[in-house]
Amino acid sequence: MAARAIWKGIIRLGTAKVPVKLYSAVTDRTVHFRLLHKTDKQPVRQKLISSESAEPVEYSDVRKAFPIDRGHMVVFEAEELEKLKPKESRDIEITRFVDPAGVDPRFYDRAYYLGPDGDAKAYFAAAEALAKKGKEGIARWVMRDREYVGALREEDGYLMLITMRHADEIIDASALKPPAGRPLQKREVEMAEQLLTALHGEFDPSEYHDEYRARVMDLVEQKAKGRKPKIAKFRPRTAKKDDQLDDVLAASLAKVKKSA
Amino acid sequence: MPSEAEEFDLESSGGIRSFWTGTITFGLVTVPVALYSATRSRGTALRMVAPEGEPVQRKYVCSKDEEPLELDDLVRGYEIEKGKFVVVTDDELESIEPRKSREIDLKLFVDRDAIDPVYFDRGYFLVPGGGTNKAYRLLAEVMEKKKFAGIATFVMRDKEYLVAIMADDGILRAETLRFQDEIREPGDVGLPKKAKASAAEVKKFEAQIGRRAKKLDLRELTDDYEKRLEKLVAAKQRKHEDIVKVSEEEKPADEGGGEVVDLLAVLSKSLGGSGGRKAARKAPERKRSAAAKKK
Repeated sequence: MAARAIWKGIIRLGTAKVPVKLYSAVTDRTVHFRLLHKTDKQPVRQKLISSESAEPVEYSDVRKAFPIDRGHMVVFEAEELEKLKPKESRDIEITRFVDPAGVDPRFYDRAYYLGPDGDAKAYFAAAEALAKKGKEGIARWVMRDREYVGALREEDGYLMLITMRHADEIIDASALKPPAGRPLQKREVEMAEQLLTALHGEFDPSEYHDEYRARVMDLVEQKAKGRKPKIAKFRPRTAKKDDQLDDVLAASLAKVKKSA
Repeated sequence: MPSEAEEFDLESSGGIRSFWTGTITFGLVTVPVALYSATRSRGTALRMVAPEGEPVQRKYVCSKDEEPLELDDLVRGYEIEKGKFVVVTDDELESIEPRKSREIDLKLFVDRDAIDPVYFDRGYFLVPGGGTNKAYRLLAEVMEKKKFAGIATFVMRDKEYLVAIMADDGILRAETLRFQDEIREPGDVGLPKKAKASAAEVKKFEAQIGRRAKKLDLRELTDDYEKRLEKLVAAKQRKHEDIVKVSEEEKPADEGGGEVVDLLAVLSKSLGGSGGRKAARKAPERKRSAAAKKK
């Protein structure tokens, strides 16, 4: 079953043009719940209420405002915000090509497949060139009144565009102080290295399945039939004291070696 | 989509708190941790106000009598047929997979670079959760040095996640990954059969790529809309136009709408406060009870 394209654009790379269609590469398979009122088990509604008068406010009357300092906000007219919207365009502009290893994975947000829109020659040439160079392009485009930044990649011979989060959406780890303590002992580090190396392998995503989803649906069915599920709790092992870490590592290593 | 907004509001209404607390294990080693979001929600800090400029709040109300509801009045339900819901409690959801709801068991370590970006979903910081942080520091140091990521599945709230645990700058992170069946294949989407490209055309693209090969510049990952909005705000401020007085509780936008700054404060405190030379010598029991009280 072919999916519907959600947008059409043109990748621009110098003088080269690659017309493409955009398809979502991810599907949402989460079980969705609704918020209900405890007493009547019916979905709740959301209402807007003035924080001063506690009176209800209609959605159509709502205006947008930007808080400037404690106690003041700048209020906008709808037309003023309308003017700030990015200009509509079909262009997917590629500003540079980077080494994928140099991109923090936290920037990647949502993946889209690109398919050729009409002539497929330039499309497959671009995909092959990306693969050969081992690079990804940093792309900018406007889709549905919003500006996007993304990574143009080759995936299995096809082009893929992964939207990226903006720089200020990521909290930088360097702004945080790592936990401190007495220096780790050389022996502990060595044993941990051996342990992790022994547990090292290839990442095969096909080995992992969401089994929980089906069991949530099972729970819902059981409850619908009036059965009461048993409540089970799991108590994680308590953390060992720092001076026992050495022994725990040694025992872990012995266990790994035995099962190998 | 109302369901998403509802869940988000319920989650955020308690202010900044960890999404999940539990234990990471590798071998027989246990690392108690708490998860905090490493990304902030997209979009500007625009607030909704009433026509006269006073801030408005979202409130849940009963669909029948419009009475405002508190969080205690709310439960989660699944619609089995139109208008008929089955209520599901957090305890029941946790009961389905009690171990996975409390433990991230790293049975496999892989090269960080071997994970295809298409899988990455959301990032979280991991903060030491118990009285000790030595195992935390050890795991972080070795994974960072080896450029490894630990792989596991675990359950957070009402969903199972595939997760990659990795370390940078001595801090552990959890990157949730999508399951393979959440990623479509080119064939599912209906992409045409691969066609052979002409060597000359591939060369042409390769030359373009070579010419623009550079390092990633984070300044490119900015939102021009935000910049234009800031300009408009500045212009109105200069002219003293459309400025309204509101309660002091409304935080200014440059404090990240409150969210980010609060999160950084919480993280710094949790990361810095659970270690230290002195703290490490103290009896772990005392520290543990202090941590328990915070919850």
